[in-house]
Amino acid sequence: MTAYFKEIISGTWSLFVGLGITIVYFFKPVVTLQYPHETVPMTPRYRGHIDLVWDEVRGTNKCIVCNGCMKACPSNCITLAGEKAEGGKGKVLTQYTLDFTKCSLCGLCVEVCPTEALEFSKEYNLAGFDEKDYVFDLLKRLEAKHS
Amino acid sequence: MFLDSELIRLLAFVLGVVGFVAMNAAYLVWLERKEAGHIQRRIGPKEVGPYGLLQPMADGLKLMTKQLITPDGVDPILFKVAPILVMVPAIMSFVTLPFSETLVARNLDVGLLAVFAFASINVLGLLLGAWGSRNKYAVISAARVVSQNVAYEIPMLIIIVTLVMITGTLNLHEIVTLQTGGFWHWNVLKFTASPLMPVAFLIFFICMLAETNRAPFDMAEAESELVAGAFTEYPGMGFGVFFMGEYANIVVGTSLATILFLGGWDCPLGLFPGVHWFLIKMYALIFVVIWIRWTYPRTTFYGLLNLSWKILIPVAFFNLILTSAMLKVF
Ligand code: SF4
Ligand code: SF4
Repeated sequence: MTAYFKEIISGTWSLFVGLGITIVYFFKPVVTLQYPHETVPMTPRYRGHIDLVWDEVRGTNKCIVCNGCMKACPSNCITLAGEKAEGGKGKVLTQYTLDFTKCSLCGLCVEVCPTEALEFSKEYNLAGFDEKDYVFDLLKRLEAKHS
Repeated sequence: MFLDSELIRLLAFVLGVVGFVAMNAAYLVWLERKEAGHIQRRIGPKEVGPYGLLQPMADGLKLMTKQLITPDGVDPILFKVAPILVMVPAIMSFVTLPFSETLVARNLDVGLLAVFAFASINVLGLLLGAWGSRNKYAVISAARVVSQNVAYEIPMLIIIVTLVMITGTLNLHEIVTLQTGGFWHWNVLKFTASPLMPVAFLIFFICMLAETNRAPFDMAEAESELVAGAFTEYPGMGFGVFFMGEYANIVVGTSLATILFLGGWDCPLGLFPGVHWFLIKMYALIFVVIWIRWTYPRTTFYGLLNLSWKILIPVAFFNLILTSAMLKVF
């Protein structure tokens, strides 16, 4: 019999304690990020799709068209092309296509690059309706960013 | 005269009550989402209109544009009548609720009885809706609703009987009038009648939650387990009407709690009574109802019946006996 009353009283009390907790939260400030309107800066280690690096000194990309990344890629997502540089030695990049639908973000391309011409972008707003939206022309992107 | 004042009065009240119910149904959903948001430290609706104020309109439009499918094999009449059977009694209950000294559609002498008579049709509507859907899960969940409603109507009515013994009338207007003149006159604090009055109010409140199928007693819906339970088969606005009925019932329940226990339109300090006090108390109670929903998880069905039969009914009965003894002595 006493157990019965004890249960009622402790039960009722615990219900009120619960209400107390939620009302405190009710008056606490909102913590969620209002996503489409606000975004967080991504952490440096975030792996988005790969991106070409801009060389501040030379004012172009760092790629020497060694084809290392293309060969290293286990999923064959990278297609690149270059041509002989006018006057100087070496090659210049003319086209760099990444098929992001196949990329496993393994990072082998970034590792293998002798000139550190590749990095992971911090892009995470990647939703689309068409597969073709994910075939990026990285060279065009880079030039668009720096022109 | 054809358009005599009585008819105009009637029309005004029909329009007023329907408008009030519709606005409440729409904006309680908004309030619910906002409050839920803030309890979880989110914002809640905010995109459509300032503070998301146009969200209910958008939701309503969306519901109305959905096709009204009548699934194969349902009982077409019951299927269509059921939402109305939930909505109409809820609206009818407003007829006798006095919002202030003068603002009442019909001042019935048996107002309290009428409200409960109308309120009990609601569960019939749910049962018929589920039965008419020819969906066994809907029927099972409707059966649970019925047993829940029966279980909770008992302690609620015992509390009402206690209250009627104290006030000596079934007229809602008179019940409020007896409580005017400050919060110490309100039934919830009428310790001369029974020292257990606050407990009685608590029981009434719990029963009201269960009667309106609100969390933590929302076995009718249980959207995570039963996919909307009793009204699984309802599309678009059919479902919407059930929903509006639920919110209308919350308004009726909290109005009743206000009238019976919290002195209706009376001001807590005895100054400036009026409809605003009624609305303040009612919406404060609705706030609590929503607050409860976002605090407690849904109970199990056994927990729900145990609570009623093992705790609420005995306590309510004890309160009844105590009150009658106290009334006899004093
Ligand atoms: S991260 Fe891996 S899979 Fe993706 S492009 Fe580079 S090498 Fe290929
Ligand atoms: S590995 Fe580096 S330098 Fe070589 S082609 Fe790829 S991006 Fe250019």
